[in-house]
Amino acid sequence: MKIHEFQGKQLFKRYGLVVPEGRECKTLDEAVAAYEALDTDLCVVKAQIHAGGRGKGGGVKLVRNKDEARAAAEAILGMNLVTHQTGPEGQKVRRLWVEEGSAIAKEYYVGIVIDREQQLPVMMASSEGGMEIEKVAAETPELILKAAYSPEAGISAEDAERLTRGIGIPDELVPQGVDFLTKLSKLFCELDCSLAEINPLVHTDDGKVLAVDAKINFDDSGIFRHPDVQELRDFDEEDPRETEASKYDLSYIALDGNIGCMVNGAGLAMSTMDVIQLYGGEPANFLDVGGGATTEKVAAAFRILLSDDSVKAVLVNIFGGIMQCDTIAEGVIEAVKEVDLNVPLVVRLEGTNVERGKELLDGSGLPIIAADDLDDAAQKVCATLK
Amino acid sequence: MSIFVDKNTKVITQGFTGKTGTFHSEQALAYGTNLVGGTNPKKAGTEHLGLPVFGTVAEAREATGGNASVIYVPPPFAGAAIIEAIDAGVELIVAITEGIPVMDMVKVVERLEDSNSRLIGPNCPGVITPDQCKIGIMPGYIHKPGRVGVISRSGTLTYEAVYQLTCRNMGQSTCVGIGGDPVNGTNFVDVLTAFNEDPDTDAIVMIGEIGGSAEEQAAEYIKANVKKPMVGFIAGQTAPPGKRMGHAGAIIAGGKGTAKEKVAALEDAGVKMCASPARIGAAMEESLREAGLLETAMS
Repeated sequence: MKIHEFQGKQLFKRYGLVVPEGRECKTLDEAVAAYEALDTDLCVVKAQIHAGGRGKGGGVKLVRNKDEARAAAEAILGMNLVTHQTGPEGQKVRRLWVEEGSAIAKEYYVGIVIDREQQLPVMMASSEGGMEIEKVAAETPELILKAAYSPEAGISAEDAERLTRGIGIPDELVPQGVDFLTKLSKLFCELDCSLAEINPLVHTDDGKVLAVDAKINFDDSGIFRHPDVQELRDFDEEDPRETEASKYDLSYIALDGNIGCMVNGAGLAMSTMDVIQLYGGEPANFLDVGGGATTEKVAAAFRILLSDDSVKAVLVNIFGGIMQCDTIAEGVIEAVKEVDLNVPLVVRLEGTNVERGKELLDGSGLPIIAADDLDDAAQKVCATLK
Repeated sequence: MSIFVDKNTKVITQGFTGKTGTFHSEQALAYGTNLVGGTNPKKAGTEHLGLPVFGTVAEAREATGGNASVIYVPPPFAGAAIIEAIDAGVELIVAITEGIPVMDMVKVVERLEDSNSRLIGPNCPGVITPDQCKIGIMPGYIHKPGRVGVISRSGTLTYEAVYQLTCRNMGQSTCVGIGGDPVNGTNFVDVLTAFNEDPDTDAIVMIGEIGGSAEEQAAEYIKANVKKPMVGFIAGQTAPPGKRMGHAGAIIAGGKGTAKEKVAALEDAGVKMCASPARIGAAMEESLREAGLLETAMS
């Protein structure tokens, strides 16, 4: 799960990390009021969407008076912000964060992820703040310092100091930097984060180390422990079909093609997409109905994938192990009757109770194209679109 | 022979009396797995499926001599269940549970490092040595005893591969699902090492997916060590970056962990890579024929 920058900063504050003062705004008047309330000459008006690269896309503006604050808010609120992370379709801006400007002396980068090789949280820090960190990693990897740490212990004092000094935080600010990294390492583990990234972390002319940015992603499996974090979920930022799918515990991801897929198991679902493309088609989605799907769940899955107007054909690929083929067949039949199917449907069933499943489909009177294996199914579904 | 499990493996079910634990324990018993009992702290001293229920894994191990455990405990408690099994000295722990918080798994892996336990999973179908021992949720009937080892990060995709092998009369020595989580126990290299050293495994099917670099590490190991014929497949060639494809670990992050890189690394290591999973069976048949091992594999 992702949250907005301003929500991340609120969580930072709770952990004692220093962030600039700011206000969340949803209207122009609120933005102007925020500028006045912050009572400082320079403010920053920042678009709040779940994607990085907002500055380059025109979603961040510096303002020096009320009128500029209003003009900036007017330009950003409601705009379709396109960044390298939103894709070409962009994301509509519904909220702003107006915060006091900082007299930045130098920018740094700090981030934490779970390192899959070491199987531990790893903090990365760099003197190259404000840059795309992927680019720094590719071009000048020696400028990224790393420290793995145990969740129970947090980052060690030695490592926190090594990173702080290593990225060039001035001597007199090292205690602040060490304190910052230590608290961030703790926040990451205690809140079940999958990513905590500050780009840039800065030190200011008046000698403060603070987070000008805040990006936090959470481990979906750990979020049940944090009801307060769950409340920060912003459905406006999600694909409505992905949201609907999550209600049924289905894993759905929208893609750009026109062949809808319904599959059991993540690996098989990914492979089904791959094989569709191998035979010249384009998958419209990833949809894993999971191991223990019921008729109701299958019907919901079917409704969701057909609610995508770009879907011109559907491929159902099931290898029934735990999930029995007759259950899938019943779900498909029920859903097809309900949604008034008007695109070709190719079904490939294999595994437990496959004969019973095929009988049910044959006997349903529905115009279903049966397939023998995954290659056959993909070829047949692609052929329906030619 | 086989790897990790055989007819002498004595299995304890953690989360024995729940719906999932009950269903799959029944299936395991029907398959002939030597299931010796299970745990549920609230039902200690009772019987379930004709087997004893214990309060703790340590008690179950003491009373039954169980040397393996399988975990069907719900995600919030599964990490603690694995640690309980480690502390009880269980040699092989198979965690089926999907959705264990990553931070819990980090703590589990720290504990594993100083122990004698092997963890398979979590979020995996389990491990099976056909006709000897089935631990997990895979459908038993698609397997057949034989000489091909199978290792995979995915559940149903493994069944797909195994079923093709069986239909073509190539049995399996052992099939291991290592699971789709980013932080887990046994990895590709561990299983490949075991298969490589197993005299009764003649060839290996390896199924990977996008995310992480476990396949690249496997490729390094294969290139240096494995002479047995290998067939591979990587799921997720068409997966968009930054999206979690069902499995918690199946995500291309920061441009890393793409299918293309993994396929290239494995091809370079001499693994015959399939463009479609529907071709795994045929590719293995061809590889065994080329190596002069097909007749033995089909006997």
